[in-house]
Amino acid sequence: MSNSSHLELTKVGIDFPTPKGPFTALQNVDLKIQKGEFISLIGHSGCGKSTVLNIVAGLYQATTGGVLLNNKEVNEPGPERAVVFQNHSLLPWLSAYKNVELAVKQTQKGRSKQEMKEWVEHNLELVHMTHAADKLPSEISGGMKQRVGIARALAMEPKVLLMDEPFGALDALTRAHLQDSVMEIHAELGNTVIMITHDVDEAVLLSDRIVMMTNGPAATIGEILHVDLPRPRNRIACADDPKYNHYRAEVLKFLYEKQRKVESVEEHRAKKKTSNEEKSSNVA
Amino acid sequence: MNKQQTVPSIVNQVKNVQWPSFNTILSTAGLPIVGIVIFLGLWSMMAKNIDTSLGQFPGPAAVWQQANVLVDEHNAQMDKADKFYQRQDERNAARVAKDPTYQPKIRAFTGAPTFFEQIWTSLYTVMVGFVVASLIAIPVGIMCGLSKNAYTAINPLIQLFKPVSPLAWLPLVTMVVSAVYVSTDPMFSKSFITSAVTVALCCLWPTLINTAVGVSSIDKDLLNVSKVLRLNALSHVTTIVLPSSIPAIFTGLRLSLGIGWMVLIAAEMLAQNPGLGKFVWDEFQNGSSESLARIMVAVLTIGLIGFILDRLMLTVQRKVSWDKTAVLR
Repeated sequence: MSNSSHLELTKVGIDFPTPKGPFTALQNVDLKIQKGEFISLIGHSGCGKSTVLNIVAGLYQATTGGVLLNNKEVNEPGPERAVVFQNHSLLPWLSAYKNVELAVKQTQKGRSKQEMKEWVEHNLELVHMTHAADKLPSEISGGMKQRVGIARALAMEPKVLLMDEPFGALDALTRAHLQDSVMEIHAELGNTVIMITHDVDEAVLLSDRIVMMTNGPAATIGEILHVDLPRPRNRIACADDPKYNHYRAEVLKFLYEKQRKVESVEEHRAKKKTSNEEKSSNVA
Repeated sequence: MNKQQTVPSIVNQVKNVQWPSFNTILSTAGLPIVGIVIFLGLWSMMAKNIDTSLGQFPGPAAVWQQANVLVDEHNAQMDKADKFYQRQDERNAARVAKDPTYQPKIRAFTGAPTFFEQIWTSLYTVMVGFVVASLIAIPVGIMCGLSKNAYTAINPLIQLFKPVSPLAWLPLVTMVVSAVYVSTDPMFSKSFITSAVTVALCCLWPTLINTAVGVSSIDKDLLNVSKVLRLNALSHVTTIVLPSSIPAIFTGLRLSLGIGWMVLIAAEMLAQNPGLGKFVWDEFQNGSSESLARIMVAVLTIGLIGFILDRLMLTVQRKVSWDKTAVLR
């Protein structure tokens, strides 16, 4: 067991019970993550990306193998592994401020009232949400809700920040805006981040390493791509950068050639044609 | 972001500018009036053709007349009470003037309760029963919603007792109250306690079931938030469970209050609690020519109060509900 890695997944696998017997969703997931690293998990839907994240969060228990954070086994959820959920999951009856405050009150018990207030305000400022602190989640846009969700997670001062497709439900412009914010925050705080994404550009732009997962069942890590682009990264400069485009192509190749899940239109048509011919021959 | 915020406000402004058209006035105010007029017409027609041993069945006019009589009787009784207290005060003042050491005795007026006092008794009784039921049903419902085992254990009992009519409970409750509630100077009359307990027994169930359903269907993400924050059991219930299930709890409370009000009238008839139920029963036993009209006044009053109680609950529900977009009706 090396002491250098901050977060370590060893031979992680999980079986889910089904009426037909256990279903192996993941197996043999090995990953070592350094402190301050930004990791993206990418793969087709249903490949178990969220399962990996939930195991690290402690919301699921691995059937085989385990997760070590600072050489301590992870076996229950806790604020040192804060989660930003896909659909914000703010408490709808609390204002943005109160939502963050709940996390602060629960995790920063050593602080005085004044310090807590400042810490809530500081985190809201970090995600540029000070102006809507007193608004309820239903009164702000999807992007703003996700910002508050990030502020809530950051306010727990997590050792690892887990993000489950945090921008999946947002429009492209809002998403770009939030990606910039996340890069900014990552540069400032240097958290370890694991992010699940479907978006190739998002993965290349934000990550130090991209972990590409094979298709399930019994999904595992297919390839790991080191993204060696200097930070801070600028999306416009990157778009013209041959290295950026190379990384992008690598991920695309993995997803659409090596782990192809969606058949091409021609193939689909060809299949349909043959099956139709079979049908008509049966009728005849 | 600004654009998104202003769009609803513009929509609201446009809505505010538009005046209700003739058609909407007709359909929101006109149609109910049409319905009521038709009902009154049919009622008076049918009433003329029904002859009972207590005379003709009362039509709207006879009922209206009896409603006025009940108001007059109430005012007369209040007047009598005022005069009684005035005489008592004068008498006491005179005796104190004669003999300063005299401790004046104050006796309460003991006239028969009027229709409005009976309404008050009924409201008070139903509220006590309803509050007692809610204080039991909400915590038990939360327990059933949180724990599948608790639900499995309690569910058969819920299903068993839910359909039981209040009239079946009443004799048991009466006997138990007589046996258990023994006091030389009772704070509450036995008939009141019997009625309230019967109401409570019958209006436990909708609140309990709806609370359990509401609690068990909380958004899974919110439960995960609670786990990540490591909220303890108490703060989990107060910060996540209760607020999320408020809409479901209120649906249950409204159903319960409706049932409670219905049950109360039956319970009062048999328990002789001096409320609307007893009024109906006494009028029925009286058998005067006005009785049916007076009972009809009570029927309409019971309906009206039930309606008002439901509207009040709806108002409270709107106040406490966090989901301002939900359409509550």
